[in-house]
Amino acid sequence: MIPVAFPIGLAIILFCLGIIGFIVRKNAIVIFMSLELMFNAANLLFITFANQFQQVDGHVFVIFIMVTAAAEVAIGLAMIVTIFRGKHSVDIDQLASLKG
Amino acid sequence: MTINMLIFLFLAVVAIAAAVGLILSRNPVYSAMYLIINFLAVGVFYLVLGAPFIALAQITVYAGAIMVLFLFVIMLLGAAKPKEVETLKWQRPLAIVLAAAILLEGLYALITRISITVTTTAPDAALADPKTLAQLLYYKYSLPFEITSLILLVAVIGAVVLTKKAVKEEVK
Repeated sequence: MIPVAFPIGLAIILFCLGIIGFIVRKNAIVIFMSLELMFNAANLLFITFANQFQQVDGHVFVIFIMVTAAAEVAIGLAMIVTIFRGKHSVDIDQLASLKG
Repeated sequence: MTINMLIFLFLAVVAIAAAVGLILSRNPVYSAMYLIINFLAVGVFYLVLGAPFIALAQITVYAGAIMVLFLFVIMLLGAAKPKEVETLKWQRPLAIVLAAAILLEGLYALITRISITVTTTAPDAALADPKTLAQLLYYKYSLPFEITSLILLVAVIGAVVLTKKAVKEEVK
């Protein structure tokens, strides 16, 4: 089998790509997708360690993370739709109304 | 080099390429497609790591339901791709530098803490059985399970309330 370090390294790389996407992109929908990428990297870590320590608890936590991600996406996309109705844009740089 | 190693390397390249494509593509629809490829690659990887139930949940829930939601909203808002105007000139380089710093930090911790000789174990039928997972979920983690159901309920109500208010204002 493969060394445990490889999937962990893949998770780290995916997480960092998610961070880059989250900060660099201006489209709110793409930002949410980058967030999903980071959730996915965390899930990969859970599954890898569940495999290494032969414990199923990691799988349970992955299920919880999936539920949380689904809830977050539902709320987030509802917010994006609401913002789009008011501003006619999903560019987060346009959303500076709270700046004071 | 074993067959598992080849599978891992292939999936890793696909996953990373899809993630890079997600960040770089101008069109949100392409971004969503790249994310689906990424989810599928990671899902197959879960199978290799002996988590078939999670792998299928990943494909149905993530690559299926959540991405359909994303695509639905992209289509609803019109697949317009407005030019991303740069308001802060230093933001992009700084983001890449900081993410590279986190990447190096993580890889350093990985190299110093985890020996290369520790390997993953072959998929175990007893551990991969959904029955084991269900017993853990409904006995040991029954309270968190109930709380997540509450989170889902709140999310459903929240999504309906958030989008309904705007419709009312438009009617008035």
